[in-house]
Amino acid sequence: MWLLNSSIGRKLIMSISGVFLILFLLFHASMNVAAVFSEEAYNAICSFLGANWYAVAATLVLAAGFLIHIIYAIWLTLLNRKARGSDRYAVNVRPKNVEWASQNMFILGLIVVGFLGLHFTQFWYKMMFAELMGHHEVALGSGMVSPQDGAAFIRYYFSNIIVVALYLVWYVALWFHLTHGFWSAIQTIGWSNGIWLKRWQAISNIFATLICLAFAFVTIFFYLKSIL
Amino acid sequence: MDKNINITLKVWRQKGPKEKGAFETYKLNNVSQGSSFLEMLDVLNEQLVNEGKEPVAFDHDCREGICGMCSLYINGHPHGPDSAVTTCQLHMRKFDDGATITVEPWRSAGFPVIRDLMVDRYAYDKIIQAGGFVSVNTGGIPDANAIPIPKKDADLAMDAAACIGCGACAAACKNGSAMLFVSAKVSQLALLPQGKIEAARRAKAMVAKMDELGFGNCTNTRSCEAECPKEVSISNIARLNREYIAAKLQD
Ligand code: HEM
Ligand code: SF4
Ligand code: FES
Repeated sequence: MWLLNSSIGRKLIMSISGVFLILFLLFHASMNVAAVFSEEAYNAICSFLGANWYAVAATLVLAAGFLIHIIYAIWLTLLNRKARGSDRYAVNVRPKNVEWASQNMFILGLIVVGFLGLHFTQFWYKMMFAELMGHHEVALGSGMVSPQDGAAFIRYYFSNIIVVALYLVWYVALWFHLTHGFWSAIQTIGWSNGIWLKRWQAISNIFATLICLAFAFVTIFFYLKSIL
Repeated sequence: MDKNINITLKVWRQKGPKEKGAFETYKLNNVSQGSSFLEMLDVLNEQLVNEGKEPVAFDHDCREGICGMCSLYINGHPHGPDSAVTTCQLHMRKFDDGATITVEPWRSAGFPVIRDLMVDRYAYDKIIQAGGFVSVNTGGIPDANAIPIPKKDADLAMDAAACIGCGACAAACKNGSAMLFVSAKVSQLALLPQGKIEAARRAKAMVAKMDELGFGNCTNTRSCEAECPKEVSISNIARLNREYIAAKLQD
């Protein structure tokens, strides 16, 4: 099967799973921004995305997307290290035009997964998972809240400066991953040429900045709200 | 103005493919800045021979930037710090008096060291043999305008055909990927009517050979393009991806 045993096939899987994750991020960021304008609207989305079969199914698809992307990332990275060989250059220089992110996609991905773990224990585990376990109330700080009360979770966690700082680091790593990832995915599919390459790179930068700013905006907004 | 400079060279010495290599340091005085990097190495070798030592083995042939034989990783760059030149076209005026210059062979699993700075680049020839040609007997030289070709396509094909197969792309790539080379060789034919007929078969065969030989998976870092002495563009890689994916979807 060429998607498994050819380099371009493997890259195509990486690219499509990456674009799929980007679409998810777009959705997630828009949903978060809703919380700034109306916590009721946000909670309506949260209860809609609770323990319903369609939300669980979507979560499974999403998890599969992540898994495929990560498994292929590990596999590609190992193959590429082997292709590089065990002898390293004594002098290494990164040429101009070569983005730092492009050479550190795996590390950036690992940082993203690491924080994803934190995010999961804070939100998903106490929300969708709690609901799936049949709980109608979960402990949050000193009180009990409904697992569908997403706004309460946001208010609670984003009032803590350390949590806020950690999330901001996460967004920065994500930003770097996306500035390269987006145009790289398009290039891998082959939708690029001398003119469009520059355009896709510009679009990548704008797009990554917008997504990460949206996440950061919500995080900072709720922190400021908690101290003011 | 060019002058004569004194330099220190750190050169990779390795007796054979299986031996362990190491850097040797040599001092070279009164090197003319008007000489090329390879001429400077000739001077070094003369000095070594006079001292009764083994000369440094390095590849070279045309010494005018067209054959692709010269290589060398100089101060962290394939073909040295200048852009869009091969090592034979690199001048010593790019280096200052008192400079220390580190010279390494291409380091990539696909290009094993033969001796010192010489590496085995036969892998690229094998990829060409897998399909980098047009399999018709062309007979005599046809009239230039017998087959009309749009100027844009002709230019793109010529730019791709500028590739001299030197291997700097794979040597520069952190993934040891040969995609820039393969994409140039696929593009130069796929863009032209004579080459289009076999385009799908060619893309599949050359990529399969490239993978079989253990070259890496391209992650679009663009190091190859930045270091290519012929400035071959990664838009060729996008074309190869397109050709390959289309060919596989048709199967
Ligand atoms: C929200 C999460 C993520 C998104 C949106 C995302 C997106 C992308 C995109 C669009 C690409 C480009 C694909 C291509 O060039 O064909 C990519 C590449 C890559 N990703 Fe991710 N990714 C995410 C998480 C991860 C994780 C968790 C890892 C690994 C631990 C990872 C590792 C990689 C690697 C190694 C590449 C290959 C570099 C490349 O091809 O340019 N990514 N990612
Ligand atoms: S694409 Fe450039 S770097 Fe690669 S072999 Fe051809 S000329 Fe050399
Ligand atoms: S020796 Fe022929 S290109 Fe340098």
